[in-house]
Amino acid sequence: METRYTFGGDEHLFVECSEEMSLEAFFKSLSLTEAIKKAGIKGITEICPANASFQLRFDPDIIKPNDLLQSVQIIEKAGKKIKRSIKTRIIEFPVLYNDPWTHETLMRFRDRHQMPDGTDLDYAAEINNHESVEGFIKAHSESPWFVTMVGFVAGLPFMYQMVDRDRQIQVPKYLRPRTDTPKLTLGHGGCFACIYSVKGAGGYQMFGITPMPIYDPTQSVEHLKDFMVFFRPGDIVKFRPIDMSEYEEIVQEIEMNQYRPVIKEVQFDLDQYNENTKKYNNELVKALKDDRDN
Amino acid sequence: MIEIIKHGLLTSIQDLGRPGYFHLGIPLSGAMDRFAMRVANLLVGNSEDLAGLEAVFMGPQIKFEKDALVAVTGAEISVKIDDEEYPTWTTLKVKSGQVLSFGPLKSGARMYIAISGGIDVPMALGSRSTYLVGALGGVNGKAIAKGDRLPLGKNHGKVKEGTTLSDTLKPISSKQAELRVLPGLYWHRISPPSQKTFFDDEWKVALEIDRMGYRFKGGTKLEFVDREPPFGAGSDPSNIVDSCYSYGSIQVPGGVEPIILHRDAVSGGGYFTLGAVISADMDIIGQLQPNTPTFFKKVDMNEALQARLERVNLLEKVRTHINEQG
Repeated sequence: METRYTFGGDEHLFVECSEEMSLEAFFKSLSLTEAIKKAGIKGITEICPANASFQLRFDPDIIKPNDLLQSVQIIEKAGKKIKRSIKTRIIEFPVLYNDPWTHETLMRFRDRHQMPDGTDLDYAAEINNHESVEGFIKAHSESPWFVTMVGFVAGLPFMYQMVDRDRQIQVPKYLRPRTDTPKLTLGHGGCFACIYSVKGAGGYQMFGITPMPIYDPTQSVEHLKDFMVFFRPGDIVKFRPIDMSEYEEIVQEIEMNQYRPVIKEVQFDLDQYNENTKKYNNELVKALKDDRDN
Repeated sequence: MIEIIKHGLLTSIQDLGRPGYFHLGIPLSGAMDRFAMRVANLLVGNSEDLAGLEAVFMGPQIKFEKDALVAVTGAEISVKIDDEEYPTWTTLKVKSGQVLSFGPLKSGARMYIAISGGIDVPMALGSRSTYLVGALGGVNGKAIAKGDRLPLGKNHGKVKEGTTLSDTLKPISSKQAELRVLPGLYWHRISPPSQKTFFDDEWKVALEIDRMGYRFKGGTKLEFVDREPPFGAGSDPSNIVDSCYSYGSIQVPGGVEPIILHRDAVSGGGYFTLGAVISADMDIIGQLQPNTPTFFKKVDMNEALQARLERVNLLEKVRTHINEQG
């Protein structure tokens, strides 16, 4: 994994940790951005970690671009060892797969899709070699997902599936982007899942919807009172399929400010995860069950 | 207070923006033409970071409920107080009960209206700028609408009515735009012939232009260097593993139409970018109308920094120039 440095105009330094996606590349990006934050380099105004890269925004009136480049390269060399264990949280997300709202939307944009005669779920199931949509949903909701980037628009998480690469769900984006996507749609593009934080344009395939808000600029939803954006890079997400009556129940609980998300603090260790992914995931997910039972 | 009688086409409250949250997908926002916003504030005695109005293509109609100083900068447009016409880039006095309105647009795309004291809506994450996509800032996250009554702040300095900017300090409007670009980011993804045509071709501003980005059309389709798609990137040659975007960065989905991300930029995505417009030229973009012929000019980092310095010096001259008249 050769690190590539390049400037984005005179105010951004872009650092690509790896051309291809992997948790290894994400951890490299995460530990480098943390080290840069700690170093407190004057003139850096924003530090933005992404899936397999990161970007620094800087004020060239305070630090010369090449001086910044050198400082960051020194940090990269000094910290040869990538941090491989982080304290984070696992969050359960109730999902109504195959819901009426994304279904209505996807039917309006069939002319922009690879499979005009089927649904997004039909297409994703077929190209990922699942015999049925049910089997695909099982594969989608069974393993946890790692939040490797927050962005695009306000608070939207990009999530990377925590399974061996040959089992990872991959679906191309729409042929042409839609002009509409319902808020809180569970989407998928390339190898990434996402949750649309706001209503709007989008090109990811649509699989379902979650009743749990993830962005609230008014900060009135109970779990977003402290900060309007729910996700941060490093979060782990587990989807739980729900039916329409539970969906409606949760929506009502949220309206009455009674809903509390199921969240558990966990330690994630990349080496232990790599050693036995399935077993490790089971342990992680078990933490959620304990939380729910309490 | 001021009351909005007509809101124009799209008028929003903006200041110099909301830095610090791009890592969560919340962009800088703020005036697309920051120079014009700063000068408008200076002309009414405000500090440069107070909030004013940004109106695109059409001006709003505003009734004043108290005496105030007003300045309109940015696009060239006829400015009226009641029935009388007044110049842009000038300190104007509006009396309680009078109405500020606008005639047709003459050049440019966005006008900036500063009012003494600034528009005093509540701050959201340290700024009053409206980020429409995220329903943040401004008036409940929305553009201003007919019937809105906006509070004004109290603190402002003294500027004499009629204070104006000399022509040498104003941006020059021209029929054709030149945007300086520093190649970089995923520049290596396009073929050497395309690296040449991108800068040689004449492009035109397309219709899809807003605070998030400006689209261009009409140049030669870009060709890509062959590759084995990296895992997670997607099969289209213009795709990459979703990464951060720079302000001013130029993405070209499918190699066809370049899009320059502006102040309400999406913070990341899966399209390659071939470089970025330098910070000194970002203000120009917000004043481009559809169909404006545009050339991209290749520059290196030294030229970019030199241009930036020239902008800093220009603003300093403007500050002195306004102070001297006060």
